[in-house]
Amino acid sequence: MNNDQNKLPCSYFTDNKPLLLESGTSIDELTVAYESYGKLNKDKSNAIIICHALSGDQFVASKNPLTDKDGWWARMVGSGKPIDTDKYFVICANVLGGCLGSTGPTSINPKTGEEYGLNFPVITISDMVNAQLRLVQYLEIEKLLSVIGGSMGGMQVLEWAASYPDKIHSAIPIATSSRHTAQNIAFHELGRQAIMADPDWHGGNYIKAGSNPIKGLSIARMTAHVTYLSEASLTKKFGRRLQDKEEISFGFDADFQIESYLRHQGQTFVDRFDANSYLYITRAMDYFDLEKTHKKSLTEIYSKTNIKFLITSFTGDWLYPPSENLMIVRALSAGGADVSFVNINSDKGHDAFLLEEPEFDDAMRGFINSVSLEANI
Amino acid sequence: MVNNRTDLELITSLVDKEARILDVGCGNGELLKSLKNKKNVKGQGLELKQERVNKCVAKGLSAIQGNADSDLSLYPDQSFDCVILSQTIQATNNPKNILIELIRIGRKAIISIPNFGYWKVRLGFATYGKMPITEKLSNNWYDTPNIHLCSILDFVDLCRELNIKIEKTIVLNSNNIKSFNGAPNSWSNFFGEEAIFLIKN
Repeated sequence: MNNDQNKLPCSYFTDNKPLLLESGTSIDELTVAYESYGKLNKDKSNAIIICHALSGDQFVASKNPLTDKDGWWARMVGSGKPIDTDKYFVICANVLGGCLGSTGPTSINPKTGEEYGLNFPVITISDMVNAQLRLVQYLEIEKLLSVIGGSMGGMQVLEWAASYPDKIHSAIPIATSSRHTAQNIAFHELGRQAIMADPDWHGGNYIKAGSNPIKGLSIARMTAHVTYLSEASLTKKFGRRLQDKEEISFGFDADFQIESYLRHQGQTFVDRFDANSYLYITRAMDYFDLEKTHKKSLTEIYSKTNIKFLITSFTGDWLYPPSENLMIVRALSAGGADVSFVNINSDKGHDAFLLEEPEFDDAMRGFINSVSLEANI
Repeated sequence: MVNNRTDLELITSLVDKEARILDVGCGNGELLKSLKNKKNVKGQGLELKQERVNKCVAKGLSAIQGNADSDLSLYPDQSFDCVILSQTIQATNNPKNILIELIRIGRKAIISIPNFGYWKVRLGFATYGKMPITEKLSNNWYDTPNIHLCSILDFVDLCRELNIKIEKTIVLNSNNIKSFNGAPNSWSNFFGEEAIFLIKN
């Protein structure tokens, strides 16, 4: 996939103006791969940015050309959907550090003519947002109607609202957190260690070595995938059921359905994701700490903001639990912000935000409608 | 017949146009919606039950899940033009503290209460010697959320103790609506089934 990435059918924006990073280094040539849906209206007031999560991509509502599967949020974004592409111009960009066309560790380093690999600078959530801002400026959009995202996407939303309050009308961070907790970091470290322990990783130079650490990457995905589900959803879906057999095998094959399912998740992930990208993006999430970056309390960061917020959490999400989201709500309220908070009753774990949750859809639709009425769209 | 809608309409009539409002105990958002449509307010709701909050948001209203007893302290001083507490104060743990908080976070506050001095309530208790059940107070003693009931006079006394100014009072029963500049007369405590107070510091 590494060599095919530039051929992925989507839009591309390139910028030769260096992008200064939070770490102090910069990226000299920035490419942002993105998809857009709907039409930008005359006064360019109907644009919505959707920020994708760790393993997401720009194909939010259209078929992913790598997997041939529907967009990852096609049930939320599209004609007549809560984020209605008949009404809004919806943009979704592959994040900086990603592997589906935006500048990342698989891109060619203009200084060496070779893939960056581990020479790619460590990036942060705010760097991702700054890359998106470049795209928004290129599209000559002064103010976004909304910035929306779940999980890591929600972190980008919080960062947009913190750094560019005048550029967005509303913000919808979903199932997210204002900083990564020790538990969040711990799970990411498991994934990274799995990748780096794979001999095919070759110290990060696997492209040059003609290999790919698919074992490490698939274990990283398996670990992470468990954190996206819940005990209730695993029990409901798999229980202790065996995979294509009547009795346990007294061996280490995938006896249980859950094992077989996880192996499948890992194996398919490596076809669409790059191992180094996984290292960089998980690191960006671990470094995320809004209060530390902005050297202010959450309340101070958002005090006097005119942005209208909708915060959503899911009761069965233990990765970014309701309490983490409620902390943001409380800080916003204390700062006098216009904030709504819905906590959706669901046993589907963190992934609930991607799944069928009618109450969530209603909240999204109601909120986005009210924002668009206020913005005269 | 004075119904719930009349209550909402009377409260709506007391709110200034385009005011910044906090509706504490906003339920499914009926009052917030009425205020948004009729007075074009910038409204926020605080509601204990999450399902009701979700309904508000689905209607395009801003609301968060929270508790009047513990969460009013989140808001900065004078952050709203008006804070509304409709038929809720009698169900809170610490009504006195809530009254102080309402006046702190809002330039004005509107509070409506069911009047425990209403003659039917008095008659019910005097006649049967049992906890009175009326239209406004329809729960049994063991399942009522109303743990801090008071009469109109009790409420006026508490305002006086806290140096809170009552600007206006509207007293209602099933046949009558009476407005007073300032606190109501003592007849209201007998004939009024419900009272709406507009108060400020």
